[in-house]
Amino acid sequence: MSIKNLFKIALNALMRNKFRAFLTMLGIIIGVASVIAMLGIGEGSKVSIQQQISGMGLNLVTVIPGSQERGGVQFGMSTMQSLKESDVKAILNECPAVLAATPEVRGSGQAVYGGKNWPTTIYGENDSYLKIRERSVSSGRMFTEREISSASKVCLLGKTVVTNLFGPGANPIGQVIRFKKIPFLVIGELAPKGLNTFGRDEDDLIIAPYTTVQKRILAIPYIQAIYTSAVNSKATDLASDQIEATLRRQHKIKASGQDDFRIRSQAELLSTFSSVSNILTVLLGAIAGISLLVGGIGIMNIMYVSVTERTREIGLRMAIGGKGFDILLQFLAESILISITGGLLGILLGVVASKIIGSAMSWPIVILPSSELLSFVVCSVIGIFFGWYPAKKASNLDPIDALRYE
Amino acid sequence: MIRNEPVIMKKLIQIIQLKKDYHVGEVTVHALRGIDMAVEEGEFVAIMGASGSGKSTMLNIIGCLDKPSEGDYILDDTNISALSKNQLAALRNKKLGFVFQNYNLLPRTTALENVELPLLYNKAVKAKERRERSLAALESVGLLDRLDHKPNQLSGGQQQRVAIARSLVNDPVVILADEATGNLDTRTSYEIMALFQELNNKGKTIVFVTHEADIARCATRNIIFRDGMILRESLVSNRLNAREMLASIPPDDD
Repeated sequence: MSIKNLFKIALNALMRNKFRAFLTMLGIIIGVASVIAMLGIGEGSKVSIQQQISGMGLNLVTVIPGSQERGGVQFGMSTMQSLKESDVKAILNECPAVLAATPEVRGSGQAVYGGKNWPTTIYGENDSYLKIRERSVSSGRMFTEREISSASKVCLLGKTVVTNLFGPGANPIGQVIRFKKIPFLVIGELAPKGLNTFGRDEDDLIIAPYTTVQKRILAIPYIQAIYTSAVNSKATDLASDQIEATLRRQHKIKASGQDDFRIRSQAELLSTFSSVSNILTVLLGAIAGISLLVGGIGIMNIMYVSVTERTREIGLRMAIGGKGFDILLQFLAESILISITGGLLGILLGVVASKIIGSAMSWPIVILPSSELLSFVVCSVIGIFFGWYPAKKASNLDPIDALRYE
Repeated sequence: MIRNEPVIMKKLIQIIQLKKDYHVGEVTVHALRGIDMAVEEGEFVAIMGASGSGKSTMLNIIGCLDKPSEGDYILDDTNISALSKNQLAALRNKKLGFVFQNYNLLPRTTALENVELPLLYNKAVKAKERRERSLAALESVGLLDRLDHKPNQLSGGQQQRVAIARSLVNDPVVILADEATGNLDTRTSYEIMALFQELNNKGKTIVFVTHEADIARCATRNIIFRDGMILRESLVSNRLNAREMLASIPPDDD
């Protein structure tokens, strides 16, 4: 029997039970659609994390104090005071792969303007901050080197702080706010950046010269972090190595000694989060895959029913010259037709559903052609795999018994 | 019209000392206990017998659906004992036509498609030839005007005629009918028998299993089975002409 006739007969047989065929197909449709949608969501979140991490400053290399051992006692990172202003200067002088560097100190507290107040964080930075963190000033100006060296009480506000202290859209420049009772002159406003990957509001901050924050608010001699920018995104590893060498020299750490600081690059962060979202994608895909499996079992079930129902037909086909193999192919053709049609409809539904979910939840969705291809191949395999046993059962029937079957 | 003496004497079916045993658990049932018979080309043989006489087993073996336990069955010069399942299927496809008591038409499938079915399993027949031969077969049973009807739109007699057309379409050497009139009323039974007689007159060899004596009298020869043996074999002397019988029965209300 030719392939064309095989599928024509299979189609006719399915059309005899349209609704049943559709319900069976629905299992596959939902399975494939959920695989497509889940992989789309997983892939989308990966891409979005990558973009956001890159958005924090692609060339960013961060130095934070590390744990340190003193006389056998380990001290936690946050209590460490190992980084100093001089380290920043040393990095700028001695590391050719580093383009810019800023010390950072930060403190939390209430910002007060008139009758309003808002809990926020003040960051002490130098004038390279904007470049390193890929931010810009939307109105007003950045503080100057002179204001840093004189520890001037000037600041720039993030949009969230402006909104909460002055009201939406208000111009805060020239006003004086208080942070921990210290008055600050507002000289600029930062361009908004929105929420970051971890849901933190990137606009809920105050920027001031690090000297001011260090001396007037925190009253500490050390700095809490150093943010540096490598000359380009490929140089982050090189920059990390150079910074490590410089800081070990600066901190007079012996060759066998442990670093009292830690260096993080964006590339490192990126790979960490990519692997997390890869796990997420695999997990989502696996759950969806299980529903595809259930759909396959549905095909197997309905094919068994079909074989039993059509026992007499099978007997007749054998009596008039159908070989066991012909019968096998006929039933396989039916299950493949169900699974492939279901697969194609499922891909369609999956793509549409992803778009709807994506726009409704404002999630980024990325549908890879490879996941569509994968679903399609899996469907065909499911059709053959789950159709095989019922078809084999049909082909092994004895024509005499089959013809007498009631 | 009815030939009492077959002109050509070729033996299409030859059965020599054929036995068939079934094993049901530890019990062995001897369904056929040594059958010798032959069917010549152009014959219309009726096999008769009570249920359990072995006539259905005999028909299954003649139809190459089953193989003998012992003895030989030679169909059109081919000894089937040596053939594999697939070879038997091919043989059925080319040399045999089946007509069943319950018609066995595919539901929700048109008369034409039902008739085409055997040719679908013959790769040598292409689509165009398949259609032409199926139309010719339907014409020979007088159903050319019903080719698009599905079984549920046809009467029992019409369904059986579609089944006969299906058995003719591959131009078999023998048509095997298993109680082909069993589900039909007297009038329709004679219609079907008249059709078989016409086909026989055109030279078709027919083997017909029945337990109705008057149906058997439409054949040219009767073989009566009992307990797995042939009880009696006889040429039909005063053969019934089904067409004439039809004329004597008052027409149906429909």
